[in-house]
Amino acid sequence: MLKLPSVPGATPPRPGTPAAEPKTKLDNAAEAATAALGWLDERTALSGTARFVMFRKVPKGTNWFYTLGTSTMFAFMSQVITGVILAMFYDPSPNRAYESMRYINNDVWAGQFVHGMHRWGATVMVIFIFLHMGRTFFFGAYKYPRELNWVIGVLLVLLVMIMAFTGYLLPWDQRAYWATAVGVNIFASAPIAGPYLGDFLRAGPDFGATTLSRFYSIHMLVLPGLIMGLIGAHLYLVIKHGTTAPPWVTAELDEELRSEEV
Amino acid sequence: MTGLANGGGGIAIGMIAVPALGFALAPNLDKKPLAWEAVGTPEEFSQDTYVSRTITLTPGAGETGKSTVYMRARNAEIDKEPVDDYNQFIAISTRCMHLGCPVRYVDASERFICPCHGGVYDFLGQVQGGPPVRPLDRFYTRIKDGLVEVGPRFSVNSELKRFSPRDPAQDLDGIGQYLFPSRPTIRKLPGT
Ligand code: HEM
Ligand code: FES
Repeated sequence: MLKLPSVPGATPPRPGTPAAEPKTKLDNAAEAATAALGWLDERTALSGTARFVMFRKVPKGTNWFYTLGTSTMFAFMSQVITGVILAMFYDPSPNRAYESMRYINNDVWAGQFVHGMHRWGATVMVIFIFLHMGRTFFFGAYKYPRELNWVIGVLLVLLVMIMAFTGYLLPWDQRAYWATAVGVNIFASAPIAGPYLGDFLRAGPDFGATTLSRFYSIHMLVLPGLIMGLIGAHLYLVIKHGTTAPPWVTAELDEELRSEEV
Repeated sequence: MTGLANGGGGIAIGMIAVPALGFALAPNLDKKPLAWEAVGTPEEFSQDTYVSRTITLTPGAGETGKSTVYMRARNAEIDKEPVDDYNQFIAISTRCMHLGCPVRYVDASERFICPCHGGVYDFLGQVQGGPPVRPLDRFYTRIKDGLVEVGPRFSVNSELKRFSPRDPAQDLDGIGQYLFPSRPTIRKLPGT
């Protein structure tokens, strides 16, 4: 059985224990918090799960490269938060999109900053996801029994690329427009399916009023939902399996076990 | 009982999935109305150079829905395609047939040049250099009430034979026309 450390202060003092010292305000606050958590835990039994998730054993040799997955997740969370704020001001109609971006950058308080975080954050997330992918590849962490997590990771990397593609159109300036026109035509250059895919992405044969809203809906509703779901599955498997030791860490042989084997 | 519950669930899922998918895919099946747009009187277009005109490709999208076309009068010496009602005037699309950047006509060299990856087209819009896979698209033109009108787009292969409009990067020579099927929604005009 996996032995889990107890959460400090999780068990309230037994009734009837004589108080050694008069309680301070801090003690009272701690007791109230413990009681509230205890109330919640009694009804959800979440503390076991929380401990299981947070106090996992990690293999010897775990190093900074193991933080790249969490960094990707952090970048994603930052994209979600800044994206939600941008959506409060952005208007995905062809006549208003560019104007609303200008308004965000020039007039909204900290608008340029939030926009910049979202724009640079997108690049950061793509860089992190590839570094993380490289880490799991070079550490051999994709091997049995973690193949499924690699497959989920490949789906995530694809979704993140589509995220970047659909987001690039939204500023609706000359660069966004022509870069996306070229991008859609690259999709459309696939034989047989290409022409239909191009029309699907553009919502018709030409860029039009609904192209932008289509990209916007994919960018801010469809993909974030899918990515959140897949990150959930990804982390579930990470916790279920535990992480891999680096390839240069080998198991120590127990001489006693070896002698019994013979 | 289980069968009934599963069937009911299936119907419920279908009731959501079918309209949702249909909604997303509808633009692939929407027929585009034929639109003709007057761009000037016949005297405005000469045989030996292009002038630019702005037409609306997509109504309702403001400036974004507009596009430049390069226009000239037909010149029997160089335009060898059979004459009909739709090519008294030549209207060349600015959409590069590599990946769709906007080409511009350069008078000094009598060529169309693409800013993106170096595509070059000659005076007829045929590929002279760079990555484009076929000549520049054209638009049907006609004369109505004394004005030149620009109509729907069509694509051409390397012999300038008309095809239903295709996206850039879709080759129309050899098996290209079968690898890149035309859309059901916009076709070349019947009999052309
Ligand atoms: C949104 C994108 C992603 C997020 C948020 C994410 C998050 C994480 C986290 C937090 C871990 C724990 C260990 C660590 O950080 O190294 C992990 C492990 C792992 N990830 Fe990802 N990941 C993402 C994308 C990917 C991609 C693109 C791949 C590969 C194609 C991948 C493959 C793996 C594998 C195989 C493990 C297990 C590592 C081990 O057992 O040591 N992940 N992921
Ligand atoms: S888009 Fe014109 S050369 Fe590439």
